[in-house]
Amino acid sequence: MKNIWIICRKELKSYFASPIAYGLMAFFAAISGYFFYVITAVFVQRGIQSQMMGQSFPMDVNEWVVRGFLSNVSVIGLFLIPMITMRLFAEEKRTGTIELLVTSPVKDIEVIAGKWLAALILYAGILLISALNLAILFLYGKPDWKPILVGYLGLLLLGGALLAIGTFISTTTKNQIIAGTATFAVCLLLWVFDWVSYETTTWAKVMSYLSVVAHFEPFSKGVLDSKDIIFYLSMIFLGLFLTARSLESLRWRS
Amino acid sequence: MIKVEGLSKRYARTVAVDQISFEVSKGEIVGFLGPNGAGKTTTMRILTCFLPPTAGAASVAGFDVLTQPLEVKKRIGYLPETPPLYPEMEVREYLYFVGRLKGIPKSDIATRVDEVSERCAVTDVRTKLISKLSKGYRQRVGLAQAIIHNPDVLILDEPTAGLDPKQILETRQLIKSLSGAHTIILSTHILPEVEQTCEKVIIISKGKVVATDSVHNLTNRLRGSEAVGLEVEPPQGSAGSAEIQQRLEQVPGVSRVLLRDSRDGRYTFEVESLQGRTVRGDLARSVVEAGWNLNELRPVALSLEEIFLQLTSSDETQSPVGAK
Ligand SMILES: Nc1ncnc2c1ncn2[C@@H]1O[C@H](COP(=O)(O)OP(=O)(O)OP(=O)(O)O)[C@@H](O)[C@H]1O
Ligand SMILES: [Mg+2]
Repeated sequence: MKNIWIICRKELKSYFASPIAYGLMAFFAAISGYFFYVITAVFVQRGIQSQMMGQSFPMDVNEWVVRGFLSNVSVIGLFLIPMITMRLFAEEKRTGTIELLVTSPVKDIEVIAGKWLAALILYAGILLISALNLAILFLYGKPDWKPILVGYLGLLLLGGALLAIGTFISTTTKNQIIAGTATFAVCLLLWVFDWVSYETTTWAKVMSYLSVVAHFEPFSKGVLDSKDIIFYLSMIFLGLFLTARSLESLRWRS
Repeated sequence: MIKVEGLSKRYARTVAVDQISFEVSKGEIVGFLGPNGAGKTTTMRILTCFLPPTAGAASVAGFDVLTQPLEVKKRIGYLPETPPLYPEMEVREYLYFVGRLKGIPKSDIATRVDEVSERCAVTDVRTKLISKLSKGYRQRVGLAQAIIHNPDVLILDEPTAGLDPKQILETRQLIKSLSGAHTIILSTHILPEVEQTCEKVIIISKGKVVATDSVHNLTNRLRGSEAVGLEVEPPQGSAGSAEIQQRLEQVPGVSRVLLRDSRDGRYTFEVESLQGRTVRGDLARSVVEAGWNLNELRPVALSLEEIFLQLTSSDETQSPVGAK
């Protein structure tokens, strides 16, 4: 445990020693702020319209604003993941510091967990920025906070799963850019799988099951389903397991 | 302290290390000597549990590198060929990180970082970013990193590579000052380094150990193997070089006779003898009895350089002695 934390702290420091972390945060704040603005603007307009027409428009903030916003955030997240994970192992392999990590009296899995945890913390920090937008809702209205929490738990699980995959991909190359591009491709693929969900063939079913976005849907509605939690947890486990195997085979091969 | 038995490492196509065996006892400082691609780095990587061996066994302080890597790693300080540094960190911060990683408790880490900084003369740059350090300072930080947890065994891969002469001297002194408390293996292709810092030398070439001995013995042994230079002048061309050579070869104890030079009817030979045989007297008598003039007879000292070449040279027919 102690070793995981030592590695994790070092990774976090590295993130904030370069402009990456700040850049990502600023980028994310701008994009998520823009989406939030658009979504609330539409919502308010709909409200005014229905009032003028004398209809009773169901003014459910959670249904209309929070859900739409969380879905958007989950998609922006796909773009963040590769930038967070690409350097994790690729950079250590390039500069040779991997030799220090691997010859230190720590277990491989502790190194991997520490790095993944640091990535998750950075990701969570970035998510927190998007939560500031939602705080505005609490100033002017009374949204239900439980679905929001569930939604963010979902985002964290979704992110954790993709970060684990990104961590794995980062061990396979010395080149950050390759690691980032490959991770992005995989994230995109897992997202696109959702588009075949209307088909009923076995393949389509498997693919849509693998779609990380499909499993996020219930979370964004505030529904906590153990099936989805298990899906994400097993993705995280699988990603970290593959990372461990990759690190090991790296040594056996070369 | 370190025991290597029949160790081999094969990469996809190349055999980097081929059945090597050696032992290093506690407190010894051993030079691992060999030309480029000899397999020094590979052997060190196996000892530090970075690479698994293809065959054979290696153990450090009684722990096997394959079955008890964690115990081995605890006892080893390792300076890889390129110092494993994080450019975005300050020196102090880096040493702190490595120290914690190597299991130094939080309560001791600050004093320990100060101690090794002092020892490796990096105290004056301790708040600098590593990316801003010169090559020499980087090497020293790398060394500080290797000794921070006071390991029993130090494995240093070319610790003086790329340093200026003054820094090389300083680093050698530092390494020497570390011996005694630590068992040290250092790799190098620079011979004086071994002569000056090491007690024992393991020479490897093409993945094989070609010699293991104390530096003292090795130089003595090869020097003592009586390479003799002699200049013979047969009166008025009474004998040719082949004839002289033949006669010299017949002297008991002589292993090899080489013609070095022939000028104005004077022939210079270099004669190597079997180990432990003194042939100077017999050579002189043999020449004189043939009625030739013996102009010069002197022992030829082999430098470590020549020994090295001799041991690692693959081409047996080419004379390594005096090849420079
Ligand atoms: N990762 C690798 N994959 C394939 N072959 C390798 C690898 N590392 C080293 N080799 C090969 O193994 C052999 C021994 O290499 P090694 O690095 O151990 O030599 P060395 O003695 O350290 O040489 P140098 O003095 O140049 O550092 C070389 O032929 C090298 O090409
Ligand atoms: Mg080497």
